[in-house]
Amino acid sequence: MSPELLTDLTIFLLSVLVGFEVISKVPATLHTPLMSAANAIHGVILVGAMVIAVSAETPLGYALALVAAVFAAMNVVGGYAVTDRMLQMFRRPAERADAR
Amino acid sequence: MSAVDVLIRLVYLAAAACFVIGLHLMNSPGTARRGNRVSGLGMAAAVAVTLVLLIDSGTVTTTGWIVLGAGILIGSIAGLYSARAVPMTAMPQLVSLFNAVGGGAAALVGMHDFLRFGGAGGTLTMTATVAVTLDVLIGAVAFSGSLVASGKLQGWIPGHPMLFPGRAVLNAALAVVIVAAAGLLIAGRAGGPALAVLVLAALVLGVLIVLAIGGADMPVVVSLLNACTGVAVAMAGFVIGNTMLIIAGALVGASGGILTKLMADAMNRSLTAILIGGFGTGDDAG
Repeated sequence: MSPELLTDLTIFLLSVLVGFEVISKVPATLHTPLMSAANAIHGVILVGAMVIAVSAETPLGYALALVAAVFAAMNVVGGYAVTDRMLQMFRRPAERADAR
Repeated sequence: MSAVDVLIRLVYLAAAACFVIGLHLMNSPGTARRGNRVSGLGMAAAVAVTLVLLIDSGTVTTTGWIVLGAGILIGSIAGLYSARAVPMTAMPQLVSLFNAVGGGAAALVGMHDFLRFGGAGGTLTMTATVAVTLDVLIGAVAFSGSLVASGKLQGWIPGHPMLFPGRAVLNAALAVVIVAAAGLLIAGRAGGPALAVLVLAALVLGVLIVLAIGGADMPVVVSLLNACTGVAVAMAGFVIGNTMLIIAGALVGASGGILTKLMADAMNRSLTAILIGGFGTGDDAG
C-alpha cells in the first residue's frame, strides 16, 4: 500500500464520519432541501470532469469528457439553483414582503 | 511540491470546510439558505482552482479546451434553465434528474481513466482498478435508477410497483454478470469489453430495482441514490487521485445515508422494506 493511498483512505474515512455527524435532528420540512443541497455538493464531480480533460486525446476520450462535463455542470448549477429556490420558501414573512 | 500545488491543496481544503459548514447550517430553517450559499462558494472556489490546475499542467489540447468549455456551458445553461423554469411541485423529480447526471458523470470519469490508462500493460494500479469498478458500478446504478425515479415522480412511468415474473432470477443473473465482469476487470483481463458489460448490467439493475418500488416511496429512494452518487464520486476521487472528490463524495455519501434513514423513519417505513419493493399502489403518491 502506497503512502498516498493510506492518506486517501484516512481522508475518506474521516469524511464519512463527519458526514454522519453533521446531520443531526433535521425537521421533516427540510428533508427535501437538504437532499437537494447534498445533491449539489456531489456536483463536485465537475472537478473530476475537468481533470480528465488533461489526459484526453482520442475521439472517444473527448466524447467521454464532453458528456461528463455537460452532466457535471448541469448537476452543480442546477443543484444549487433549485436548492436556493426551495429555501426561498423558508424565509420569514417580513423578509418575503421586503423582497417584493 | 510547487507553489501552485500548495495553493490548489489549500483551496480544496477551504472548499471542503465550506461544504461541511454549509451542510451543518442546513439543519435548521433559519440558516438553511445561508448554508446553501456557503457550500456554493466552496464549489466555485474548487472549480476556479481546478482551472488553475489545468492551465498549470499545460497538457490540455486545444480540442480538450473546446470540449470542456462547450460541455460546461451547455450543462450550466440546461441546469439553470430547468431549475428556474420548473414548477415548485415538480422539484423532487428535477433533483432526481440532477442526481442522475451526477452519477453518470462520476461513472464517465472512471471509464475515461480506465480506457486511457487501464487494460493490459496499462499504468493503472490494482487499487485504482478496484476504485474504477466500484465507481462505474455505483455511478451507473445511480444514473439509471434516478432517471426511473424521476419518471415515476413526473408520472411518465406508472407509479405502482412493477413486478415482473421471474424478477428474482433476473436480478440474481445480473448480480452474477456484474461480479464476473468486475472480477475480470480487477484481474486485468478483457479490459474494454468487461467494462462495457459491467456498465450495461449496472444500468439494467438500476432500472429494475427502482421499477419495483412504489411511487409513494420515491423520495426516500432518490435520497438513497443521492448517497450512492456521493460514494461513486468519492471512488472517482480515488481513481484520479483527487482529494476534493474523495472528501465531498464521502461527505455526501454519509450524510445522504443518514438523511435517507431519517426520511424512511418519518414515513414509518423500514429501508429494507422499501428496497424489496412491491409496496403501495402509487395512487397516493405525494
